[in-house]
Amino acid sequence: MNRFFSLHRLVALLIKEIIQMRRDRVTFAMMLGVPLMQLMLFGFAINIDPKALPAALVSPTQDRYTRAMVTALELTGYYRFIAPNATEDEAEDMISRGEVAFVVTVPSDFGRRIERGDHASILIEADATDPSVASGAISTLSTVANSALLREAGQGHQESNGLEIIVHRRYNPEGITQYNIVPGLLGVILQLTMVMMTAMALTREVERGTMENLLSMPANPLEIMLGKVVPYLIVGAVQVVVVLVSAKLVFNVPFVGSLSLVLAGVFVFVLALVILGYLLSTVSRTQMQAMQLTFFFFLPSLLLSGFMFPYRGMPAWAQVIGEVFPLTHFLRLIRAVMLKGADFSAVAGPFFALVLFAFGLAVLALFRFRKTLD
Amino acid sequence: MTDLAISVSGLTKRFGEKTVVNNVSLDVRKGEIMGFLGPNGSGKTTTIRLMCGLLEPDSGEGRVLGHDIRTERRAIKRKVGYMTQRFSFYEDLTIAENLSFVAGLYGMSPKRQVVKDTIADLGLTARKDQLAGSLSGGWKQRLALAACIMHKPALLMLDEPTAGVDPKARREFWDEIHALAHGGLTVLVSTHYMDEAERCHRISYISYGDLIAQGTVPEVVQGAALTTYVVTGGDTAQAARLLRGALGVDQVAPFGATLHVVGRDAMALKTSVEVVACQTGCNAELSDTSLEDVFIQLMGAAQDNMQ
Repeated sequence: MNRFFSLHRLVALLIKEIIQMRRDRVTFAMMLGVPLMQLMLFGFAINIDPKALPAALVSPTQDRYTRAMVTALELTGYYRFIAPNATEDEAEDMISRGEVAFVVTVPSDFGRRIERGDHASILIEADATDPSVASGAISTLSTVANSALLREAGQGHQESNGLEIIVHRRYNPEGITQYNIVPGLLGVILQLTMVMMTAMALTREVERGTMENLLSMPANPLEIMLGKVVPYLIVGAVQVVVVLVSAKLVFNVPFVGSLSLVLAGVFVFVLALVILGYLLSTVSRTQMQAMQLTFFFFLPSLLLSGFMFPYRGMPAWAQVIGEVFPLTHFLRLIRAVMLKGADFSAVAGPFFALVLFAFGLAVLALFRFRKTLD
Repeated sequence: MTDLAISVSGLTKRFGEKTVVNNVSLDVRKGEIMGFLGPNGSGKTTTIRLMCGLLEPDSGEGRVLGHDIRTERRAIKRKVGYMTQRFSFYEDLTIAENLSFVAGLYGMSPKRQVVKDTIADLGLTARKDQLAGSLSGGWKQRLALAACIMHKPALLMLDEPTAGVDPKARREFWDEIHALAHGGLTVLVSTHYMDEAERCHRISYISYGDLIAQGTVPEVVQGAALTTYVVTGGDTAQAARLLRGALGVDQVAPFGATLHVVGRDAMALKTSVEVVACQTGCNAELSDTSLEDVFIQLMGAAQDNMQ
């Protein structure tokens, strides 16, 4: 037998490790089931060249040239006109809420100009808060629109001045990725630390046996929950300040909207996260399990919320899953307010979604809390 | 008001398929020290948790300090001090911090003074800023006890408080318990140690969920109706071999150079012991049955019942 390495010692260690691995059901499931699920989920859901992006058309005349161009744009697969006859105000509202990614504006004299062979132009406004969303759609634009118009106008107009397409990259004209990522990072950082820290803090009490003592003393579930949650809310507040200040000073991310609206959103979001962490801690027995559950939740929310990949680019079913994560709604809110200057009415949807999360999770957490040890 | 601090009956608790506590009834009088005994995994801890409101019984009912164990858990928690088996204060907090946490939870005032007095009583004033986790087993136990009685409970439940504590610290601990009981506190203490059981006013023996014996130590010993012989001199090892399984012999236990032989059937035991003593040249004498002998007997009987 070798003093430095022996096979039977190694085998004994391996057997013990494998038995322990099998006993810990959660870990075992995490290692086998979860990767498979994630492969399916993300393999099909993630698309970095998003197609069928929602668009609005502002065209007072709605003539045949407009229709031809709309058809041609839809045929590229990039555009899906969900509001084919919007007014200017409606379209502006929709792009600021993020309901559409593009607004195509066709001036009322467009048809006449084409027929006369005059210089004609259309305006395409793209929501460039996420530069990657707009780029594919914009790059195919001029060739498609031009050839469609020429076909519709007939051979006689070959020599026309052609079509000028004016593209406005709204909110982020230079297409700077940081503008999109940094506000999103605030959400991601908060999510990771808040959920995990809270989940671990309570599980630690169970693991170390101090929970039994705590429960035998007169403290009710609400007090225990608040006592656990409030310190992490304070940590979250510090993180918010750090991220927002460095967004401004280091990354020069514009801050168009109202700070108080952002802070209100952040508060509700952090509240929801901390309560979620608390909820996770009520279902895990060890800190290890709490951490695994956090990551199980963290990865899909990172990938399906629109943080890393365009939300609009995912298939409809994946978008539905994305709605389940508070991060999705938080990203909509913070990007809309910071970059587009959205007011409360424009972000009421995501805001109340977050409120609903916080409330629902709190009810669930109080319900789940073990007043007793069983 | 009755003079019972604890009066529970028919307590039953199941975890899944397993019945951990089965139909346990227990009466503890005010101001007495009740020893709660039983083998490992016999349901002592669960019974204590049921009585201090940490678990809800599947069936059975009872009152602790006059409060219903099902509906008045909060009132019970205020009046009961519960010391867990495992040290369950915060190891990453100092002694003073732990105590002021407890004082805060019970809303004691003036908090600082209460904490300061408790630390002084413990004799830990010089070490009050030491982390609780760095204390030795004996000190941890004293700290835990001090924290449990800080809110002046009427009933103290101690779950194997002296496990892993040295004999001197154990004796001091028991002196303290008796002093507290003298002051009117009712104490329920679970233990494995026979010498500790003998320090209790009364004892209850629970085995695999069932309450098997209850009473003062002499009552329990007498109730078991056992006969004990002490075999000395000669080849006791050989005598032990021969006695095991012999008619009337239930237990054979070596104590140093002597042998304790215990049985329920006095006549049969006498015959067997005399025969073996003769064969091995040993000397056999009738002796007092110890509490430990009784417990071993009870444990064996309970296991038989299980099968």
